[in-house]
Amino acid sequence: MKSIIVKVCMGTGGIAVGGKEVLDAFREELALAGISASLGENCLTHRVGCRGLCARDVLVDVVVDNEKVTYQYIKPQMVRRIVNEHIIGGNTIKEWVVDEDYHNFYRKQIRLVLSRCGSIDPEDISSYINAGGYEALRKALFSMTPDEVLEEIKRANLRGRGGAGFPAGVKWEYTKKSPGKIKYIIANGDEGDPGAFMDRSVMEGDPHSLIEGMIICAYAIGAQMGFIYVRQEYPLAVERLEKAVSQARERGLLGKGILGKDFDFDIRLKLGAGAFVCGEETALIASIEGKRGMPRSRPPFPAERGLWGMPTVINNVETLANVPYIIKNGADWFLSIGTKSSPGTKVFSLTGKIKNTGLIEVPMGITLREIIYDIGGGILGDRKFKAVQTGGPSGGCIPAEYLDLPVDFDSLTSVGSIMGSGGMVVLDETDCMVNVAKFFLEFTQAESCGKCVPCRIGTRRLLEILERITGGKGKPEDIELLEDLSHDIKATSLCGLGQTAPNPVLSTIKYFRDEYEAHIYDLKCPSKVCKDLITYFIGDSCTGCTACLRVCPAGAITGEKKKLHKINQDLCIKCGACLDVCKFNAVLKA
Amino acid sequence: MVTLTIDGKKVTVPETFTLLEASKKLDIYIPTLCYHPKITPFGGCRLCIVEIKGMKNPVTACTTPVSEGMEVTTTSPYLERLRKTILELILSDHPNDCMVCEKAGDCTLQELAYFYGIREMRFEGERRRYTKRDDNPFIERELEKCIMCGRCVRVCAEVQGVSAIDFGYRGFDLKICTPFEKDLSCEFCGQCVAVCPTGALRGKMWTQKGRQKGVKEVDTICPYCGVGCNITLHVRRNEVIRVTSKEDTVNEGWLCVKGRFGYSFISSPDRLTKPLIRIAPKGCEAADPRRAGESPYPLSPTSYESFREATWDEALDYIAERLKEIKEKYGPSAIGALASARCTNEENYLFQKFIRAVIGTNNIDHCARY
Repeated sequence: MKSIIVKVCMGTGGIAVGGKEVLDAFREELALAGISASLGENCLTHRVGCRGLCARDVLVDVVVDNEKVTYQYIKPQMVRRIVNEHIIGGNTIKEWVVDEDYHNFYRKQIRLVLSRCGSIDPEDISSYINAGGYEALRKALFSMTPDEVLEEIKRANLRGRGGAGFPAGVKWEYTKKSPGKIKYIIANGDEGDPGAFMDRSVMEGDPHSLIEGMIICAYAIGAQMGFIYVRQEYPLAVERLEKAVSQARERGLLGKGILGKDFDFDIRLKLGAGAFVCGEETALIASIEGKRGMPRSRPPFPAERGLWGMPTVINNVETLANVPYIIKNGADWFLSIGTKSSPGTKVFSLTGKIKNTGLIEVPMGITLREIIYDIGGGILGDRKFKAVQTGGPSGGCIPAEYLDLPVDFDSLTSVGSIMGSGGMVVLDETDCMVNVAKFFLEFTQAESCGKCVPCRIGTRRLLEILERITGGKGKPEDIELLEDLSHDIKATSLCGLGQTAPNPVLSTIKYFRDEYEAHIYDLKCPSKVCKDLITYFIGDSCTGCTACLRVCPAGAITGEKKKLHKINQDLCIKCGACLDVCKFNAVLKA
Repeated sequence: MVTLTIDGKKVTVPETFTLLEASKKLDIYIPTLCYHPKITPFGGCRLCIVEIKGMKNPVTACTTPVSEGMEVTTTSPYLERLRKTILELILSDHPNDCMVCEKAGDCTLQELAYFYGIREMRFEGERRRYTKRDDNPFIERELEKCIMCGRCVRVCAEVQGVSAIDFGYRGFDLKICTPFEKDLSCEFCGQCVAVCPTGALRGKMWTQKGRQKGVKEVDTICPYCGVGCNITLHVRRNEVIRVTSKEDTVNEGWLCVKGRFGYSFISSPDRLTKPLIRIAPKGCEAADPRRAGESPYPLSPTSYESFREATWDEALDYIAERLKEIKEKYGPSAIGALASARCTNEENYLFQKFIRAVIGTNNIDHCARY
């Protein structure tokens, strides 16, 4: 009797390109073929969480008698052939199997937090338990004292994965020592950086690892109540977390007398309403309390006075998801991964001009080059690498000269960027760095809560200066003004949002000053991105096919069939539609 | 108690103190905009930033608690530069129309801009624009002048317990809003107006009545009720143009809508200045021609009865005589009395004593009796 398991990626990325339809198709085809009937329980169709390489979705694992074959780019209409040829016929469909690149993507990764994402069913607690889940909790509860648990996390030097890298164990200890009858734990799942989906994948793909981490933390510090603050823009994460919490409650892993011990702890979900600033811990706490999500000054820190004035541990989702692994395998094991100052792994969302966009987990200390070229497969179109933007909108741009920089909390800070929550946007030669800075400032200034002056008005003024420069109206003193204002905003802002918002400006000025100068003095955008500084024209290779003429929304292109076309510069709105549609590379930018 | 050093001077204060409070004890001035001693610190304006030895970034003095051995610097060229930038940023989004602003001369922002000598605008850019609204006789909101210090929001919630306003929107678009941005419809106590450090909130009745020059301040007690709030009348050319209250008074500077805005009666032509004795009902048909058309309120039927002016002696004699007559003829229960909340407790006490002990009836009531 054959054992057959089909695993379909049902992360948000997978669902977006039709994962659900593929899964349904498998169920239907398998039923039609009578396989389910004849093999019964041995034929399983699983939905699994994100496995990282979203660019290849829908990814499907077909496991026949423990022999796994992974297919990529699967669509529902391809399912019948897989069932007939592979599952019934026993012949792998070679042209659909993932290529070497797929394996390269995983080769340099160490998947710890993501180890179960993509292999277990996130909506079924037994799937987690069968994969070794809740063993760490048992170990903590039955063979360790709360202090021993705390000591283990401290010794492991687990640093906060949300951005600042503050040691989680120290935070726990402060909270534990702070006087207060009630203590709270908050998991910060308000992942708001554009292009970041690390925490989402954990919550969607392996929600119980977060819950287990929270229970262990509660045991260590003596907390009674936990909150998972998750963005309502993550409906799948919310749904799966809700299921996971209620399943854990049914199994006696949450609630009163956990696993028969005299230990009570429960978890509630709190949905964020879409404010980026609510990722800041004090704003997040205000939001849970039902107030407007505005940060407050620290000290006092949440460890002393947090939710409803009580000592509160607030950790990022990824940080808490690391906890079960540390308790299960020990601090020494954890310390053996990564670097001395930043042990363990870090999950990054790799996006931008890179071949293998997706979610990766790498040991700390890996170089940017390894991430971008070995895991990421290099730059799209094999163009020239220009910079990598790390840490989301509050991070900085790191140029090519630092490609061999080992990635950890301290090294990224030393070159003017930050680890942040782990966003990594790769930029190539077609990206204008002034425009990149402007893009991130557009985001941060709009997401400022407005409470403090430097962030509310300062970031707006930064943006306006950047708009002036990209619009060809920059003044010679603007670069200095940007630097001065950036510095003052960083020094005087209330919370992390304002304190880091100028980073994209400062780092691009530091490494790409020439681009700023070109915009201001030569009125040129070297990367030919800034609309006001470029013109479109049609070169000699034009065949007169009229494609551009038909697509131009401004009616700016004139020309007869089979004759050279011309762009009227007065009418051209520089949308680039002509360039996109031209098959002869005749439309040029200057 | 903890001891710390501020600008080289040692000071010992309770551990609940903030750095700003400790500095005040040493008479060290730190500029502030969002701070108000009677409401929760906010930390939004960032002007009170100070440096603490061993900390990388400056912290706000208004929110940072003192701790033992702290070494604090409240002024340095670096700190003053940061403060100046903050003020420049605020002024880059401010109408700067001090010439016609009601708050000029009494405006914290104006004063700080003066002391920091801000003339040039390094940061030009977008300014907020709002259409005027609020169909109420008391409070004018000029939101372009709002610096988002949030004092009004906090005083409304913490002192008045009303929460009629709060922050709305984000980033540059942040503004102080009423629910659903409807017209202001609160109890109009004007506490928000009293704490506003700029001209963003002001009394509508104050408009173009006079600013600081030529205004005499007269401290007195509010005549509206027995609480006896301390008020300060701002008098210009023998006209009360504004009422405020000082912070160090029994009412801590807080007033209600009547005390703050209800002063127009002082120079109202409707005001009674002499006792009036009602002319017998048969003269009812003759309405007092002097009063017709003057009052903004419709005249009640009894208003048509005529009165004649009298002296206090005559009036009191008349009252005593009539009370005696009525008591003798119909007995004490034929008499009833109404007291007023505008009298003091002592006056009201005496009045009920008079009705009960002298007249001999319990028919005494009071407008504030619920």
